[in-house]
Amino acid sequence: MIGISAYGVYIPRARLNKKAVADANAWFDAGLKSLGKGERAICNWDEDVITMAVEAASECLSSNQDVKLSSLYLASTTFPFLDRQNSVVVSEALNIDNQIRTMDIGASQRAATSALISLLESKAEGDSLLVASEHRRSKAGSRAEMLWGDAAASVLIGSENVIAECVGIETLAVDFVDHYRGEESSFDYDWEERWIRDEGFMKTVPAVVKKLLQSASLSTEDINHFILPTDQSRTPGVLAKKLGIDVTALVDNQISTVGVAGAAQPILLLAKALEDSNPGDHILMIGFGQGCDAILLKATDAITNYKPALNVSGALARRREENNYNKFLGFNNLIERDIGKRGEADKQTYLSGYNRRKDFLTSFLGGKCRECGTVQIPKEKYCVNPDCNALNSQDDYSFADKQGSVVTWTADRLTFDWSPPAYFGMVQFDGGGKIMMDFTEVEEGGIESGSKVSVHFRIRQFDPARGFRKYFWKAVIEEKN
Amino acid sequence: MASGIKDKVVILGMGCSKFGERWDASPSDLMVEAFEECIEDAGVQRNQIEAAWFGAGIDAFNVGASAMPLAIALRLNYIPVTKVENMCATGTEAFRGAVYAVASGACDIALALGVEKLKDTGYGGLPQRSRGLENDMYWPNLSAPGAFAQLATGYRAKHKLNKEDLKRAMAHVSVKSHANGVKNPKAHLRREITEDQAVSAPYIAEPIGLFDCCGVSDGSACAIVTTPEIAKSLGKENLVSVKALQLAVSNGTESSHESWDGSYLKTTRIASQRAYDEAGISKPKEEITMTEVHDCFSITELVTMEDLQLAEEGKGVTEVLDGNFDADGKTPCQIDGGLKCFGHPIGASGLRMIYENYLQLNGRAGDRQLSNPKMGLNHNLGGFPHQNICSISIVGPYN
Repeated sequence: MIGISAYGVYIPRARLNKKAVADANAWFDAGLKSLGKGERAICNWDEDVITMAVEAASECLSSNQDVKLSSLYLASTTFPFLDRQNSVVVSEALNIDNQIRTMDIGASQRAATSALISLLESKAEGDSLLVASEHRRSKAGSRAEMLWGDAAASVLIGSENVIAECVGIETLAVDFVDHYRGEESSFDYDWEERWIRDEGFMKTVPAVVKKLLQSASLSTEDINHFILPTDQSRTPGVLAKKLGIDVTALVDNQISTVGVAGAAQPILLLAKALEDSNPGDHILMIGFGQGCDAILLKATDAITNYKPALNVSGALARRREENNYNKFLGFNNLIERDIGKRGEADKQTYLSGYNRRKDFLTSFLGGKCRECGTVQIPKEKYCVNPDCNALNSQDDYSFADKQGSVVTWTADRLTFDWSPPAYFGMVQFDGGGKIMMDFTEVEEGGIESGSKVSVHFRIRQFDPARGFRKYFWKAVIEEKN
Repeated sequence: MASGIKDKVVILGMGCSKFGERWDASPSDLMVEAFEECIEDAGVQRNQIEAAWFGAGIDAFNVGASAMPLAIALRLNYIPVTKVENMCATGTEAFRGAVYAVASGACDIALALGVEKLKDTGYGGLPQRSRGLENDMYWPNLSAPGAFAQLATGYRAKHKLNKEDLKRAMAHVSVKSHANGVKNPKAHLRREITEDQAVSAPYIAEPIGLFDCCGVSDGSACAIVTTPEIAKSLGKENLVSVKALQLAVSNGTESSHESWDGSYLKTTRIASQRAYDEAGISKPKEEITMTEVHDCFSITELVTMEDLQLAEEGKGVTEVLDGNFDADGKTPCQIDGGLKCFGHPIGASGLRMIYENYLQLNGRAGDRQLSNPKMGLNHNLGGFPHQNICSISIVGPYN
């Protein structure tokens, strides 16, 4: 029996108040006022598809100790790199053994469902990890800006500890151009919503669903959770009614809390459906874009005892209100900000030097001395313990999963930062090891010597002159329980 | 067993340019300004200088690489000139080269000159610069105030101080240096400030505010050194000799080993103890009569007083507020205004400190002359609290 054995989600903490967006833009388009309710998730300046994917994947893997990963697929339409396999960066940040098949899947809103189908149909041994992550740019004052959100979600596919087994799969490939983004543009161009609904959703989805249910010998009444990813608020209801699916089975697109997370939306909603499922429930998930994917899953008895560290409700609750629309514009390069002369400093990455330090920079590996047991980061040739200083004595030691506490810190307003002040300081890890590092997601007054932290893979620097970005690990203050 | 540097070398002459925003002066102009005062004071000719050490901290905005800028600016006579760079300890490092050369007998008269031209960047504060290929890959993009603000949070956590008390003591450090700077015609910043002003100034890097930061200045300072015998033969009296010259460089223990808690400067403790031993000082509190320390930020000075054993550990706040380091205090600190107000042209700072002690010991410090100076300590700290270079020099009357 193949199916889903775990899930993990990541929703950026920052939630932009949509009223702030509407207030800033209604002078041009009064229609935005009606959309100015609730909030949407927005990436911090140091988050992108890769960093969110690492978070979601890490959550997904954290609940299962015996995973033998054979593949990792990353689905998105907003990869930070067009030629540098993003899924490999994710895999190294997760410190996964490199004997693994990796793939980036994009170019459609059904990228993630198509990737899921491919993994469900795969005969490869071991478990597969699918991560879907999306950080879409939209023009200032657009409806998309109001309706979309940034998020990532991940599912583990395998035949052990399955919480939802695959019951059936159908696909229809149709070049229906509801929207597109060409190689020379950074924004989507779309067509009228009503036409997309009537000629797209209403024609394609029923055809695929009928065929799928027929082959599974099920009827629409058997569907307990219906996932139709779309930023059209009324279409899922209209479609459910047409199909004969109970409206209570609709999995909400979370437009007023997260926003629609593009290619990550089907997986994010699947995680929500799994969170709400009882054994025996049927989940029907759709991926719509240049046709339609439909996947039918059935929750197993194992779902009762499956408790992820962070589910969708938990990720939703871990939030920070953001009322400054200008910050969102700045983070997404939608306005040309004056970044000051300090911001002009060259940020070139010397790729050969970077490659030598990749275990440390990407996987956050330090060392543990075999002679004296001292844990240290970064790992250097000689042990740092002044009473040891042994040569080449350290084994790799992972810090990515360690917690620590703040020793020293500051909020630097002189240095360049995309979101001043820059918080950084010395972190002492539980179990040993210490390093001066950046903090992220700090709220004013929210840091003190002694504060507990966890570490997270984030963007450290952009090199706009060369289209590169550096990643490294940053400390986040753990919420007090 | 090495005998140390004590009394082997004396200062023949010193010079120091006016520090400040020297829009009028190029690095060469600053070097010439300091050198002219120095060579006149020394009473020798340029062609008597047999070797020179040249200190400049930040190349990109300064003089460029190598020792040639000094040789060219001063038209030195094809003598050996060595360029040194050790962050904010650069000036003392240049001095160390010249002093060691004389002490070794390799030459009779040597020159040390430090210079820095920081005000050609187009913005305030120290120039934004690389920390090296490896460090740039992961270090926080920290500014100098950002680096030393961490010393304040580390010190505060260690000694369980409240924010307000520490901030007030930090303010006192700056108020004192501003009061001293007023009396120094070569100082960059020459106006008094109040504790309230210092406490309420906007944060640069919490808890460091504007008045907790030293001046970023252009300037140059230099020294000509020789042996006591040669100085005497040249008719010099009231000789000032080098009692100790020490350097301690972080080896990564502070930054990566949990034995350091971020509340003090390990290198300062090590270098100062070595310097006291070299100078034969057993009771620093009683024997050191004045100090010029690396007050890049007010918190650095406060913590340094403890690390130099001039204040009791954990009692820096009280001792500072009691005025122990004020001009009329037990051990006056930064009588010339310090980095805070004299200014901080990086490569020149170590030599500027020695210059002040040299003037004080010769009774030539004008309005700010101390009544009975005996033993002067100079302290530089280059880098960051968790990784730095500490240089200490002690000078006093040659007996």
